[in-house]
Amino acid sequence: MHFSPFKQAMIWAVVALGVLLIVPSFFARETVDKWPSWVPRKQLSLGLDLRGGAYLLYSMEPGDVRKDWLETLRDDARRRLRDAKIGVQAVGITGGAVQVRLAKPEEADAAVKELRNLAQQIGNVLTGTTGTDVDVRKAEGGVILIVPTEPGIQNRISNAVSAAIETIRRRVDPDGTTEALIVREGTSRILIQVPGLTDTTELKKLVGTTARLTFHEVSRDMTAEQAKQTRPPPGFKVYEGGARDEGALVLRETPVVRGDELADAQPGFDQRTNEPVISFRFNNAGARKFGAFTTSHVNQPFAIVLDDKIISAPVVREPILGGSGQISGSFTVESANQLAVQLRSGALPAKLTIVNERTVGPSLGADSIEAGKLAGIIGGIATIVLTVLAYGTFGLFACVGLLVHGALTVAIMTLIGASLTLPGIAGLVLGIAMAVDANVLVFERIREELRAGKSGIAAIDLGFNRAFVTIADSQLTTLACATVMFWLGSGPIRGFAVTLSVGILTSIFASVTVVRLLVSYWLRSAKRTPRGVEVPV
Amino acid sequence: MKWLPNFKGIDFFPHDLRLPFMAYKGPAIALSIVAMLLSLTVFFVKGLNYGIDFKGGLVIEVQTASGGPANVVQLRDSLGKLGIGAVQIQEFGAPSDVMIRVEQQPGGEEAQQVALGKVQEALKGEYVSRRTEIVGPAVSSELRFTGFLAVFVGVLAITAYVWFRFEWQFAVGVIVALAHDVLLTVGVFALFQLEFDLSIVAALLTILGYSVNDSVVVSDRIRENLRKFKRMELNELLNISINETLSRTILTGCTAIVVLVALYVFGGEVIRNFNLAMLLGVVIGTYSSMFIAAPMLGYLGVKRDWSGAKGATPAGGAPTTAARASK
Repeated sequence: MHFSPFKQAMIWAVVALGVLLIVPSFFARETVDKWPSWVPRKQLSLGLDLRGGAYLLYSMEPGDVRKDWLETLRDDARRRLRDAKIGVQAVGITGGAVQVRLAKPEEADAAVKELRNLAQQIGNVLTGTTGTDVDVRKAEGGVILIVPTEPGIQNRISNAVSAAIETIRRRVDPDGTTEALIVREGTSRILIQVPGLTDTTELKKLVGTTARLTFHEVSRDMTAEQAKQTRPPPGFKVYEGGARDEGALVLRETPVVRGDELADAQPGFDQRTNEPVISFRFNNAGARKFGAFTTSHVNQPFAIVLDDKIISAPVVREPILGGSGQISGSFTVESANQLAVQLRSGALPAKLTIVNERTVGPSLGADSIEAGKLAGIIGGIATIVLTVLAYGTFGLFACVGLLVHGALTVAIMTLIGASLTLPGIAGLVLGIAMAVDANVLVFERIREELRAGKSGIAAIDLGFNRAFVTIADSQLTTLACATVMFWLGSGPIRGFAVTLSVGILTSIFASVTVVRLLVSYWLRSAKRTPRGVEVPV
Repeated sequence: MKWLPNFKGIDFFPHDLRLPFMAYKGPAIALSIVAMLLSLTVFFVKGLNYGIDFKGGLVIEVQTASGGPANVVQLRDSLGKLGIGAVQIQEFGAPSDVMIRVEQQPGGEEAQQVALGKVQEALKGEYVSRRTEIVGPAVSSELRFTGFLAVFVGVLAITAYVWFRFEWQFAVGVIVALAHDVLLTVGVFALFQLEFDLSIVAALLTILGYSVNDSVVVSDRIRENLRKFKRMELNELLNISINETLSRTILTGCTAIVVLVALYVFGGEVIRNFNLAMLLGVVIGTYSSMFIAAPMLGYLGVKRDWSGAKGATPAGGAPTTAARASK
């Protein structure tokens, strides 16, 4: 039962550090902000279920990403073959692949060689293998297939999710001031957490639209009705009208300018009609393309398309060379605002759908905190009473160990930035029960050794040493469980697993080491009787 | 520490009590087998009342804007007309709080959002939302899968640890005890049709941890006694080991139960079922480590000589036929 002065100092230093780290959590945020910078100011963060807020899990449609990619591949293939002066009969998308029908089948080898340049090397970090994202191969009769590979698609989706996260951040948190958390979950999901938000309608509107804005040439040869009955001219497609009942039009599929060539978009009002509009400005490349197009299409209509729906189809009155203009499309002030934000943030690479949504109002969170506090205090008092009743003075030491345990658990949670959730409180309480168990094991063992006729000091020594193996075994098995929970669990289970694990890790130090140190102090001043010390358990 | 009042604890446990646990191992195991079979039957006949996490759908908890009691009848009537399938409405905690459950809508992820919009529209003005949860079909089926996988992997991980630390016989005892605990808890949830959601899976995993904790304490003592009493008849040795650790088992169990009761009563509506599962699990887990995990060793036999070289002596305990009661 001997502790070297150095060891004692270390133990108390850890305890003091733990207590110091939890101090800020007992004060209001504003108070803590005024403290000097050298004192710890980090507070325990509360989970959404305790502080209130919104949790939205979005999933990206892999089909959208694939379709988009195929369209890009098709356009690239067409351009490459044209540049290489290889004659093409048709280029189209069929069954998840781009199909190129050559004018002269004998040029197939040259075409394959040219199209292979489209493929990009992608590496897999996990398996260390490399491959290409598309497969270019020759089929019968001068047909060449460009087929995306599975790793290629995965790679695309992963990139699209990363891009989407950036876009969402620009939409939801343009100034970086809110505490919104936007992260990837798995391969194709995005998690958005906004503390304090309960009405998610706005947020869902902001995130739920792709906002892909394109400017298209309108076909002069055919109306939508004609195109629907026969078929649109090659390279053209029928687009439906949007909210304003613009009516369907036949548009060239490849847009003149895209939304990603916008430099800015701001909501405003039309000077004549006073209806809400969006003023936009193209970047240099966009302005050049738009200028060239409007110069050659004076007095003809062009279409502004948002997410495959026509929002307006104005007629070009004069060449627009400055690169700026406005869109009017029966907006409300609110929707104009929203679209402007979305346009500035850029389009999402694919449509996102909500697969899981949880919101907690602040009143419920506050109620839960109150309930958790009350249960914690009552549970804590009951534990203290039981322990002191059962083990007397040593029981008091155990209670000090429990307090240290609680402090250290909260301190570590604060340090690693884990947030406390309602299931987390339950995990905390359970961790306390585990810590009590460690003390019970030690003290029962001491009693046993005393009954077996050992002297007081020997019994205490044996009790701590023998019980330690058991404590370590039982804590490790529970830790194994908690690890499984964290690994496989989601949301509520994780919060629980984290606090439980931290609680187990601190319990050996708090309930064994600290209690043992206290017992060693007690031993030094203990009354000696002829039979050795009188152990009060 | 002279200033500290030196007072003795109350050792309220009669230590010379030698309860004949092993004498009851036959009936105990038979009883457990019957209980497990009953649980399985109830599970397959009645099924579990899956919560939103596993079934998908909408849960909306609202409070009246005025703070007065909610009119459940009227609410049921107005929400029933929305054409969103069966709507379950119940008072939740206080008269002003109502929980609304809407079953999963056909038509994929977006249909759930449409239904939410309809409900929110109908509640507008009169009620304030306290909590909203929507689980779409993709997530609910995933959660169902990972939930069950978690319990399964949890059992395996624990068994592997026990096998590594002790002998395989201990691991067999532990895995049977764990399966027993999980089955009975699930059985109670099926029998009373209590809501079974993600938090109950967490509770099950914790029960596993608690139960194995108990079994490990007893196993540790068995191993120690195997070294100490090399000649003692195995059943008697097991009995002594269970008795020696009994005071700890009871005391820790009591503390856990006291804390859980406090959480159950004061911890709020949201984690009530979780606490109930934990309470059940602690009781069942304590029982199983004393009456199932340890007695299983009596049937399986175990390596007796722990002092010599590793694996030098084959398992040579009392053969399974010596299943007679100890004194």
